[in-house]
Amino acid sequence: MHYGKLGALRAVLFTALFGLAAQAQAVTEIQWWHSMTGALNDRVNDIANGFNASQKDYKVVPIYKGSYPESMTAAIAAFRAGNAPHILQVFEVGTATMMAAKGAIKPVYLMMKEANEPFDPKNYLAAVAGYYTDSNGNMLSLPFNSSTPVFYVNKDAYKKAGLDPEKAPKTWKEFAVAAEKLKASGQECVYTTGWPSWVHVENFSAWNNLPIGTKSNGFDGLDTVFTVNSPAHVAHIAMLADYAKKGWFTYSGRTNQAEARFFSGECAMLTSSSAAQGNIRKNAKFDFSVNFLPYNDTIPGAPQNSIIGGATLWVMSGKKPDEYKGVTKFFSYLSSPDIQVAWHQGTGYVPITNAAFDVTKKSGYYDKNPGTDVAIRQLNNKPPTANSKGLRFGNFVQGREVIEEEMESVFAGKKDAKTAMDDAVKRGNEILRKFEAANK
Amino acid sequence: MEKRVVFRSAWLPYALLAPQIAITIVFFFWPAFQAAWFSFQLQDAFGLKTEFVGLRNFVELFKDPRYLESFKITALFSVLVAVCGIAVSLVLATMADRVLRGALAYKTFLIWPYAVAPAVAGVLWAFLFAPSVGIVTFALRQIGIDWNWVLRGDQAMALVVIASVWRQISYNFLFFLAGLQSVPKSLIEAAAIDGAGPTRRFWTVVFPLLTPTTFFLLIVNMVYAFFDTFGVIDATTQGGPAGATQILVYKVYHDGVKSADLGGSSAQSVVLMIIVIVLTVLQFRFVERKVHY
Repeated sequence: MHYGKLGALRAVLFTALFGLAAQAQAVTEIQWWHSMTGALNDRVNDIANGFNASQKDYKVVPIYKGSYPESMTAAIAAFRAGNAPHILQVFEVGTATMMAAKGAIKPVYLMMKEANEPFDPKNYLAAVAGYYTDSNGNMLSLPFNSSTPVFYVNKDAYKKAGLDPEKAPKTWKEFAVAAEKLKASGQECVYTTGWPSWVHVENFSAWNNLPIGTKSNGFDGLDTVFTVNSPAHVAHIAMLADYAKKGWFTYSGRTNQAEARFFSGECAMLTSSSAAQGNIRKNAKFDFSVNFLPYNDTIPGAPQNSIIGGATLWVMSGKKPDEYKGVTKFFSYLSSPDIQVAWHQGTGYVPITNAAFDVTKKSGYYDKNPGTDVAIRQLNNKPPTANSKGLRFGNFVQGREVIEEEMESVFAGKKDAKTAMDDAVKRGNEILRKFEAANK
Repeated sequence: MEKRVVFRSAWLPYALLAPQIAITIVFFFWPAFQAAWFSFQLQDAFGLKTEFVGLRNFVELFKDPRYLESFKITALFSVLVAVCGIAVSLVLATMADRVLRGALAYKTFLIWPYAVAPAVAGVLWAFLFAPSVGIVTFALRQIGIDWNWVLRGDQAMALVVIASVWRQISYNFLFFLAGLQSVPKSLIEAAAIDGAGPTRRFWTVVFPLLTPTTFFLLIVNMVYAFFDTFGVIDATTQGGPAGATQILVYKVYHDGVKSADLGGSSAQSVVLMIIVIVLTVLQFRFVERKVHY
């Protein structure tokens, strides 16, 4: 029997249409814009694929949109065009901007409540969650990749200088003693730092229980002002400038350029993100230790706890309830102990839930991998005070740059510490007032 | 015979021009108008609250010492780039013009850098001059110069000028070479017969005849320094340290994109546009007069 060409064509068309119809039972797509590169990018994709494979109703699509400022700008532009993603990864300095954009975001706690998902903020690490909760304790965004600055020490360089490699300096006084000996032993670069403002102004404040700004570092109101020109702050920056003159401190730039100088062996001590550990371990050809940041023992209350850096996941507004249900399910998946444990151990970011921390501790991971729990222990050192819950300053991308510019002029010998920090406060406050005016 | 082209049809010329005009409107006029419109507004990053504030953004801009500093930096930068670029390429072109053996090789190599995009050129030079791992840094340290552009503004400026000029030399070289070759040999010979030495011959005969080229290159180099060097600055210093290399166009990007201050950034764009219009008008009206054709 001939079916003929026409018959065959009809059969093909029919199958195709039927196939299409079967597929047309739409899987709700959830767009996730992020800024993770390299190995972290692979992990993000793994998490998304894991979620997609675990259920049939939703599909999370992770898209790398560029660096943190680039993806935030893209999301803002997309929002203006009515095309925002569902989930956006925003770095911590963008928190105030996101929170003030009440019509643009969907607070996480509200989304979870509306989707009837069990969600207890207390499951999340206090130091991490505190940064992203409002004054009523409601979580506005989901912590994702959080780190904190820690103190890396080259143990081999310490041995060479006649110092005990197991006794890293705990205070800045002890640090000076070590720095002098290291310099005398011929160490070209004694100490350097990444992220100068994050480490030496923001975390210096939190770790020593000093305020960065009024109104609980901006948590309680847009009319906050900076307080980083207090005598303690000025003395600390002046100390660093003095060390720069003595050759004990070498400035390396505003991001993480310092890390290469440490793991190449050029600089003996480093303060930078806890998330740099993996890279340092891979590249350093010497023995090193990870420690708490040095604190100032003349200030009462020090050491308090450090604050986080990194990014969180914000949910954009204007989406359908079904899509929010999907996002909620994804967030629950993300917060589950297995996923968190794998993320924490694989990346060096801190685990965001207490459960993940407990599981990792019980498995002996921290004993087998010394230094991997320093970050979380430093964050949990003491329950956070109003000075160490975090910070929430509008346009802090600009604000942080102002602080760093003024710090640079001190290290270059152009200004003294008091003038520089006073200028930083003056210029920083102008930025805060502009944000306040635009967001009243 | 009439040299003008006359279109008989009434609609054909407009139809032929339409695509170009459409592109110009969409990609040039529309963003320009929107920038001007934004410059009169105060708005939050997401555009949820906009408030018409008239000239307030402009007033605040001119009260900001950082912005006035940026003017000085841009002026310094563009003068350095234009002068160095033109001077070096003129020397190279003069020398390449006299060479007989291997002239093609020299010319080829001197033209290659132009193929490198500004951002890539910036990265290349940033590596060479990197404070901790750069080869040139190492060499400079050997002769006693402590190179750390991350901290010293003048060194950062030197870095971006070198990176910007390196590329532009090829472009200028090409034009100067063509200009030199169009100078009639008879004029030079006449000057030589009259007893003029090479330097005298160059400055009184050759250089005046090169003024159209020089004028053209001056404009091109200034525009390049004002706008196209954005890639170099972004790839190397990002306007640092402490604003030492923050040229006007970079500040527009920085304030608009990184700081989400759309009102201030748009105001800066408008000011920049006015500056370039004024500069171009001035150059054509006054400098054009001194050009010999």
